[in-house]
Amino acid sequence: METLNPLVWNGKEPELWNIANEVVDPEIPVLTVVDMGIVRDVTREGDNITVKITPTYSGCPAMEMISTDIKAAFHRKGFNNVSIEFVLSPAWTTDWISDYAKDKLEKYGIAPPPRSTADKNAILGKPKEVRCPQCKSLNTVMISNFGSTACKALWKCEDCKEPFDYFKCI
Amino acid sequence: MSNNSNAALLEFVLRLGDNNLILGHRLSEWCSNGPFLEEDIALSNIALDYLGQTRILYTYAGTLEGGKTEDFYAYERFEHEFTNALITELPNGDYAHSIARQLYYSVFADLLLTELMKSKDATLSGYAAKAIKETAYHLRHATDWTLRLGDGTEESHQRMQKAIDDLFMYTGDMFATTEKEKSLVAAGIAPDVPALKAAWTKKVESVLKEATLTMPDAATWQMQGSRTNRHTEHIGYIIAEMQYVTRAYPGNKW
Ligand SMILES: [Zn+2]
Repeated sequence: METLNPLVWNGKEPELWNIANEVVDPEIPVLTVVDMGIVRDVTREGDNITVKITPTYSGCPAMEMISTDIKAAFHRKGFNNVSIEFVLSPAWTTDWISDYAKDKLEKYGIAPPPRSTADKNAILGKPKEVRCPQCKSLNTVMISNFGSTACKALWKCEDCKEPFDYFKCI
Repeated sequence: MSNNSNAALLEFVLRLGDNNLILGHRLSEWCSNGPFLEEDIALSNIALDYLGQTRILYTYAGTLEGGKTEDFYAYERFEHEFTNALITELPNGDYAHSIARQLYYSVFADLLLTELMKSKDATLSGYAAKAIKETAYHLRHATDWTLRLGDGTEESHQRMQKAIDDLFMYTGDMFATTEKEKSLVAAGIAPDVPALKAAWTKKVESVLKEATLTMPDAATWQMQGSRTNRHTEHIGYIIAEMQYVTRAYPGNKW
């Protein structure tokens, strides 16, 4: 069983949270939707389960699929009355991605975001340092602030010359 | 909530939503037509942000009107029913024109959302807190490109200056307001949009200066109309393309 993201799990209903934690992000399949901080709450009232989710970006096209996948995961465990609620507040932030999830991101080849609270430059200015997920060099440059999905920017490593995705800070 | 304040809120929410939808639609026209791959992806991503923001706002509008769907607002209204700022519907032009539009609009959106985060309406303040993070990246993109083109070659400088000059007459309309909207300002729900003009001018001026470009004359004649149901001719073409399928096959699902 995977660890439950301590930055979002409220310590309640571990069985239900663990079911939600089986669902992976369709665009970053090494992380679950709980690792990502997309799942905000899981509650039970009698037989009815409510899962609250929040989009990473307003236009995230994966939200429909995530909803369907969460429902399917609960159905497999015998919970048939599952409703998904979209919430906007508080707005999603990369600060909800836990440290172990960031390690998984880096191993997968995506440079993880820095803490936005620790590095205010990360949002509006240039992040201080972005480490190449391939060779770990800090000698990297941004190619474009917009990458293969809304949540990523495109960087390249000046040492190993590999381009890579950087999970941008919001 | 009384009928009057509900109507005012609906009008304001649609104004915000229409700005996002129409500008997003325009930017999506760059998809597969960008000057190079990274910019193609950047503008498509920004278009997607606007579309996502539109969905939040249209969904909210639907609850205010008792059960209308987000699709209704995008696909079943006519030109004169859209209330987007005129600048959002202008054709893309060359890359400099698209960047000038992004600069003018992103500076405006950033200021508007900063104020809207303080709204007493929880849906609107929640929307603003979400959208402003995306807008920060849009603004940075527009600023970077204004600097790069303005302080670039002689050709890029001249074309960027032309774009800045050409679009300036449409910027005043972004700050237009209505009597209904004023009632929302008094209630602490909507920001005082005309009051954002001074900060907008200051910010745009500073970016243009750094880009070695000249700020257009403040006395330039300004085209108005978006708050009185008058548009440029361009809106019709956007609506025609956007609504063709749903009008040809009403109610179809796929
Ligand atoms: Zn490297």
